[in-house]
Amino acid sequence: MEQYTLLILLMAATVRVATPLILAALAGLFSERSGVIALGLEGMMLGAAFAAATVSAVSGSAWLGLGAGVLAAMVLALLLAFACVTQRGNQVVAAMAVNIIVAGVAPVLALAWFDQGGQTPQLVDRAQRFTGIIWPWARQARSVPVPGLMYAELLSGHSLIVYLAAALVPLSAWVLYRTRFGLRLRAVGENPQAVDTAGVSVARLRYQAVLISGALCGVAGTYLSISASSGFVRDMTAGKGYLALAALIFGKWRPYPALGACLLFAFADALAARLQGVPLPVVGVIPVQFIIALPYVLTVLLLAGFVGKSTPPRAIGVPYEKGSV
Amino acid sequence: MSAKAGSRAAEWAEILVLPAANLLAALVISGIVVRIIGENPWTAFKLMLGGAFGSGEGIGYTLYYATNFIFTGLAVAVAYHAGLFNIGAEGQAYIGGLGAGLVCLSAGAAPFWAVLPAAMFAAAVFGAGWALIPAWLQARRGSHIVITTIMFNFIASALMTWLLVNVLIKPGQQSPETRQFEAGAWQPTAADILGRIGIHVTAGPLNFSFLIALAAAAGVWVLIWRTRWGYAIRVTGENPAAAVYAGISPAKVTFLVMLLSGALAGLLPLNELMGAQHRISLDFPAGAGFVGIAVALMGRNNPAGVCVAAVLFGALVQGGSELSFDMPHINRDMVVLIQGLVILFCGALENLFKEPLRGLLRSFRRAQPQP
Amino acid sequence: MEPALELRGIDKRFGSVHANRTVSLSVGAGTVHGIIGENGAGKSTLMNIVYGFQRADAGEVRVHGRGVDIRRPHDAIAAGIGMVHQHFMLVENFTVLENVVLGAEAGALLGPGLRRARAELERLGRDYGLEAPLDERVGQLPVGLQQRVEILKALYRGADILILDEPTAVLTPQEACQLFRMLARLREQGKTAILVTHKLREIMAIADRVTVMRQGAVVAEKATTETSPSELAERMVGRPVLLDVKKTPARPGAPLLEVTDLEVRDRRGSPRVKGVNFTVRSAEIVGIAGVAGNGQSELLEALSGITAPSRGRILLGGREPAGGARERRGQGLAHVPEDRLRMGVVASFSAEDNAILGYHDRPEYGWGPFLSRAAVRSGCSRKMSEWDVRPAEPGRRIGAFSGGNQQKLVLAREIDSRPRVLIVGQPTRGVDIGAIEFIHRRLVALRDEGVAILLISVELEEILGLSDRILVMAGGEICGEMDRSEATEERLGLMMAGIKGAGG
Repeated sequence: MEQYTLLILLMAATVRVATPLILAALAGLFSERSGVIALGLEGMMLGAAFAAATVSAVSGSAWLGLGAGVLAAMVLALLLAFACVTQRGNQVVAAMAVNIIVAGVAPVLALAWFDQGGQTPQLVDRAQRFTGIIWPWARQARSVPVPGLMYAELLSGHSLIVYLAAALVPLSAWVLYRTRFGLRLRAVGENPQAVDTAGVSVARLRYQAVLISGALCGVAGTYLSISASSGFVRDMTAGKGYLALAALIFGKWRPYPALGACLLFAFADALAARLQGVPLPVVGVIPVQFIIALPYVLTVLLLAGFVGKSTPPRAIGVPYEKGSV
Repeated sequence: MSAKAGSRAAEWAEILVLPAANLLAALVISGIVVRIIGENPWTAFKLMLGGAFGSGEGIGYTLYYATNFIFTGLAVAVAYHAGLFNIGAEGQAYIGGLGAGLVCLSAGAAPFWAVLPAAMFAAAVFGAGWALIPAWLQARRGSHIVITTIMFNFIASALMTWLLVNVLIKPGQQSPETRQFEAGAWQPTAADILGRIGIHVTAGPLNFSFLIALAAAAGVWVLIWRTRWGYAIRVTGENPAAAVYAGISPAKVTFLVMLLSGALAGLLPLNELMGAQHRISLDFPAGAGFVGIAVALMGRNNPAGVCVAAVLFGALVQGGSELSFDMPHINRDMVVLIQGLVILFCGALENLFKEPLRGLLRSFRRAQPQP
Repeated sequence: MEPALELRGIDKRFGSVHANRTVSLSVGAGTVHGIIGENGAGKSTLMNIVYGFQRADAGEVRVHGRGVDIRRPHDAIAAGIGMVHQHFMLVENFTVLENVVLGAEAGALLGPGLRRARAELERLGRDYGLEAPLDERVGQLPVGLQQRVEILKALYRGADILILDEPTAVLTPQEACQLFRMLARLREQGKTAILVTHKLREIMAIADRVTVMRQGAVVAEKATTETSPSELAERMVGRPVLLDVKKTPARPGAPLLEVTDLEVRDRRGSPRVKGVNFTVRSAEIVGIAGVAGNGQSELLEALSGITAPSRGRILLGGREPAGGARERRGQGLAHVPEDRLRMGVVASFSAEDNAILGYHDRPEYGWGPFLSRAAVRSGCSRKMSEWDVRPAEPGRRIGAFSGGNQQKLVLAREIDSRPRVLIVGQPTRGVDIGAIEFIHRRLVALRDEGVAILLISVELEEILGLSDRILVMAGGEICGEMDRSEATEERLGLMMAGIKGAGG
């Protein structure tokens, strides 16, 4: 019984850890499928985290925080789109630039506005955060072994954003494969000239894709600062944007496999956190730094070993020059 | 002016004017942010300038910071020529410090001229070693080097933290750093060197490694433009298909260039550890790896440009730290912001000013009397 | 009756290049109209303007008598103009249906739009003889079918005027015939077709009228019944043109390149060259004819050492070559690649840096690991003067040279090393007629010096003009071999289409 309980708790933790990854991976999906490299997920998430925490602290409302987070990320996305699509700049460089800009400007503003060494004030009020939503009869269900516990811990009790992320996966798949927009988006990532010749604006599609990815990162970042934590802390994304991208690549740029990869990452992370301080047979206690490093090592292994050579969208990373027929 | 001279002048204008325009744009936007947080940008700018160049000590500090940036800037620039974006200079510098630091810690009573080559060698090897796995993965598996090097930065941070806290820490102290190096592992400072010939300066931690950095820059220039291997690197970076046609192996070039890049970044501790801190401390690169990206882009991946851009950024950092005395709200993060803006304008938005500049030059030339 | 398409005074400049000089032309409804000209004549720019990829600086476009303002492809499509590009605008992962429907989906949700499109496409297929497998991925289809999809795309959008840009570049002569039959059928149905090409014989075969362009201006417009290929060629270039290269019969010597049972697989493991055998002797030009995509590129890459064959043997001068491209250069093999811009030169490098591509390890360019700029520059200058490359500026970016001059420099580079065997792919692609003559003469001269030359070209005229012996490659195999004296276009064409036993 102990095992089941542990497993369920672990799975619940996995879901919570996976949420920002899933949202960011979906963001990356839209961007990369349209041909724009999604290395800027990190910066957009961080920017959203800062904006959401700031507005939530100042206004007292988590919903306003969410709005601010999404808006901030979309502004950054606009900048990225401008650099990559309109200016036809190097997409890797543009994304790194955005990431570094946000990493610099957020603490500067936080310090100036809140004087707390680069953080935003702690969010104490329940209304300022997206806390867990308890489903009906969850408390009672907890005492029922296995299915009851699953209901109480795994399904119930997550923040709204977690459920939102879960719903966004099938929604994204639907948009990508069953709508006109999705068809055109996928086309523009494979052969932008074909789209251009068909009379559809390549630039407009890519802007839309990048803005969507901004919105999704906005939700992800908001989750990090006002749901999973209670405020913004310098560099709080800690590489999650890159992890999400790796998950997307591992999932071969498709929504459900990417979801699987995110869950895998999150599970490893949750498991490692669980094992912190716990002596294991043979190796003893794993140092905390190794646990911290685990997701990054896993990313490298993922990119190296088991992916083989997966094929990205054909036109990715190449700025589109009109009339190069 | 003749057509040929006109186009030559246009080339020079692009090399000089464009980076200046990009830097100006970055500074203007930073100025706006300074305004937003309630300070006066013009005052801030003057204070920065004064802090960086206003005194001998200020200049010394500026050049000392620039030394770090030359190493990382060269690392990024070299990789760029092969078409690679090395974001891992931060981690490679950190691990290079492990190598140099270990040599220095075991130096005992050895003299400087014996310790230096050993430390250089270890630093370069460790730095290259940290680039090895991402390099191999990119060359053999096509795993995106940007993501892998970023991951290795994080892993380096975790590894070094663990080492400094648990293994290398000086027994009995709280702060995670090693004991101080023996005198033989200390770089002679500018004050030392110039003092020997009778010139008295207070130049902060500026030290001999500055000259090593300049030599490295010269070496990189010769390598890229005057050697056969440098030619192979440039072909690979510009057109991998043409490289294959020419009998060059892009995988091999990728791998070796990344090792070289890692080695160059790995030399940073020659300045920071042997020249300034005299011990291995936590997070000593302090973001120099990322500044290196800005420096390389601003210097257009040319070693001479890298040196100039490194001095500029050194001035920013030195000026910035002076500034934070008078304006406590402006701290290190401000410099990070400026870095990011420079990368944005020099790297991603480089076409923004190119076209207007060209148009300007064209109308200027048309106004000139033709022969 | 109003012309289907009329251009009045179309003018366009790109900086200092005057691409279209007040071009006026008129295409009658229900006709097939040809537009011919060399590279750089301005025909592509003109069509880009008609289709909305570019905007003219001045001039007017009229469709069926009404002026139209075409700012982007959307407007052209609305005006009933459809374009079939030389390089297909298809998404390889998508099915035929998805490709046709892209941009004309009729609704935000795909489902109903796809169903409607399917019905319409089946009708079009029947009416015009343009059947295509709607649910197959376009990437898997043969080239002729892919082109058909392109045409269907245009017709699906209600195109009345069809512009075809170099449509037969990738087709066998038989597929080209099929295309012309389809064009004839379109013409019967009252549709108008504009054929942009440099293949004079095809214009004569299918077009009703032809417009000749040279250096951005229209220089002639005639009914095809009232002119001939040589007259058209002359108008294209501005002077009488030699369509045949004069050469003495070959006196071949020892075999210098021997290929036995060669198999080359692509990245996915499918064989692209399937057990090929041939020999090229000293002082001989062997031409391999064939439509692009039948294994010629893979053959070239295997011979030059870029790819390793999965089976078979290559002998250079009687010995197996040791190693890859670099070593083979050292053993006397030179390679002029098919796609000059993709792999033959580095576009952003100067001419002199390109002049040592592949030879940068040679001792004459420096000492030890170092390169001598002076040696590189003087080497380039010498090559430039020997091959009449203009302008003779070694420091100039290679992209600033014309296609013909670029190719001359590439040839100069490869031949400068005094190779014994020269393998060359598409030597005159993207090269103007004047340079073509020069290059052909030089190749013959090289042959006379004893070099064994393997020539691969999709231009039958070039093969027939230069080769002493001709091989035909189709589907990865050599399906015919004959002496030049026995070769005719028809015979070669049949072999290229894979009909074995039609020749030697």
